[in-house]
Amino acid sequence: MEFIRNRKIWYALSLIVILASLVSLFVQGLNFGIDFTGGTLLHLKFEKVDITSAELRTALEGFDLEKSSIQESDGSYIIKTVEMDQARQVEVLKGLEDTFGKYDLLRGEKVGPVIGKELRQAGILALIIASILQVIYITVRFEFKFAIAAILALLHDAIITVGFFSFLQYDVDTTFIAAILTIIGYSINDTIVIFDRIRENLKNRRKEDLADLVNKSIKQNLVRSINTSVAVLFILFALLIFGGETTKNFSVALLVGVVSGVYSSIFVASPLWYDLRAENKSKS
Amino acid sequence: MRWGRVVSLVGIVALIVGVAYFSLNPVKENIRLGLDLEGGVQVRLQAKGPVTDEDIAQVIEIMRTRVDSLGVAEPTIQKEGNNRVLLELPGLEDPESAIDVIGKTAQLEFKTMDGDLVLTGKDLKNAKEALDSQSGEAYVSLEFSAEGTKKFAEITTKLVNEYPEVGEKRDEHRKIAILLDKQILQNPYVDEPIPSGQARVSGYENLEEAHKIALLLRSGALPVPVEIIEKRTVGPTLGADSVANSKQAAIWGLVAVMIFMIVFYRVPGIIADVSLILYTLLLLGILVAINATLTLPGIAGFLLSVGMCVDANIIIYERLKEELRNGKSLRAAIDSGFSRAFWTIFDANVTTLIAAVVLFYLGSGTIKGFAVTLSLGIICSMFTAITFTRYMLKMTAESGLFKNTKFYGA
Repeated sequence: MEFIRNRKIWYALSLIVILASLVSLFVQGLNFGIDFTGGTLLHLKFEKVDITSAELRTALEGFDLEKSSIQESDGSYIIKTVEMDQARQVEVLKGLEDTFGKYDLLRGEKVGPVIGKELRQAGILALIIASILQVIYITVRFEFKFAIAAILALLHDAIITVGFFSFLQYDVDTTFIAAILTIIGYSINDTIVIFDRIRENLKNRRKEDLADLVNKSIKQNLVRSINTSVAVLFILFALLIFGGETTKNFSVALLVGVVSGVYSSIFVASPLWYDLRAENKSKS
Repeated sequence: MRWGRVVSLVGIVALIVGVAYFSLNPVKENIRLGLDLEGGVQVRLQAKGPVTDEDIAQVIEIMRTRVDSLGVAEPTIQKEGNNRVLLELPGLEDPESAIDVIGKTAQLEFKTMDGDLVLTGKDLKNAKEALDSQSGEAYVSLEFSAEGTKKFAEITTKLVNEYPEVGEKRDEHRKIAILLDKQILQNPYVDEPIPSGQARVSGYENLEEAHKIALLLRSGALPVPVEIIEKRTVGPTLGADSVANSKQAAIWGLVAVMIFMIVFYRVPGIIADVSLILYTLLLLGILVAINATLTLPGIAGFLLSVGMCVDANIIIYERLKEELRNGKSLRAAIDSGFSRAFWTIFDANVTTLIAAVVLFYLGSGTIKGFAVTLSLGIICSMFTAITFTRYMLKMTAESGLFKNTKFYGA
């Protein structure tokens, strides 16, 4: 496979997906969970089994909460709504009990607007700091151009994962931030292994064309890139299938990120580095 | 074939598998589960308005009293920032009811019959129940702070002077109402001016009743109003479900990866699997030793770091294959494969570690658990890959058990 010579095709593929992600982000945005917006979450399991979301919504209407998000999960319901204090929550739950009978409150969360804002800021700060530190590390260990290419590949993966969540309107909460940071770590990890090989091959280079050298480096690492991703994907699928509702979004985010990460480290990062370096050469 | 090597090889593998098997239960019993796995409550309180350190210290004391009344085994109550308190109460049958106890806005007020506010919870230092040594009657003794003593002396003197007793008839105006959350808790009559800062409220059925009131007075004496700005409760059923789910996910994930490694890498694959077991042991051991809390994201972090561990092995084996294809002897290939793979593994892992450490410092709640297991996992996986995997590969090569390089995937 020609990784470098056909790079325009690979770039185009990436750009299409990135563009789609951005369009989705601009058009419908992200579905922020209560971690970021503030609000109350009630995860209920009723003893009665034949309750529908519509019935639940009608019951919530009595409390002016008909705009709540109601999500079914394995016979239980996750209701996300505006912030309520304890007294109000008790009142609402009492109302639901009167209508539907006994329930088990599996999970109850309340996040005030202050905390929501703080979590948002901490999340963004974490992303920025992690990216800067990684640029510094790669610059020190490799060179700045490698860092730039790696960071662009990382942005590629982050945008696609965020876009995916926007497209499907999956919940974005604090675990999503953790997932994005892990994807960043994984993406860079993947990219670095190939860069490391390019660096090594550069040292032993005779009169080889740079494009061939980069292509060879990618090929030498191809089995590793694929095998590692397969191993990680096995784990993520296990987590997705067996892990239950609470880790579902986390696993999905990582799945998308890992797939995008493998693609970007092979088809985006190394070709980008090649372009950065080749451009520099023609100038000098 | 060198039988000595073969025997020690088999011995090491048997030892690791054995230790892993027998440490399953001790690990299970000793590892601390997070609130999301055990069930429980996490509450963040914030004081309204300006507060001093003493105010927060007092809020913490009061919260401790309230939490104790719930019978939580290992509560954590700590100050956060200037004006916040974080409470973590694991293992409650009905976590939501705990919120009612913690979240009581409970402000203590002392008011005259005219409705004048004379003292607040800030002025009360302590309240204790006791039995009168002579009459055997139960009472609650109140102890006021320095400022409270002064205020209380003033108001009692004033009331006694303004509403003198005429014969046996008591003047209702001499009563001071003690209100908790605007509800009258006590409404004692002032017999005489009290300058000492020590007051006694009597008229209880028994000591138990006095104890209840004393507890309410003590724990009700919040110096500042606080509000719940964040609350997360997980019921015991969901916690148990999550434990069962993640166990399933961990087992199937690990098994799939192990099979994959054997199918793809043959003998080194088996070594990778053994080192994966050793790695898991190491990580769980460290988690228990540092008394880290295992959360749901923490388990995900552990599983992801399994991927890192496998990756280190894969990088090494791919190098090994390459060196073998280049015509090197098995031993030489192992040596040069390792020395070349080391820095690759190192650089690749450091970048992931950077992300994990940042997450540890900026993440909140259960996410911290993710950062902890991921960071430790990366370090452990690097360690096992460059020490144990290497050692085992060399031993295997030297044992002469598998001479054909085909066994190494080349």
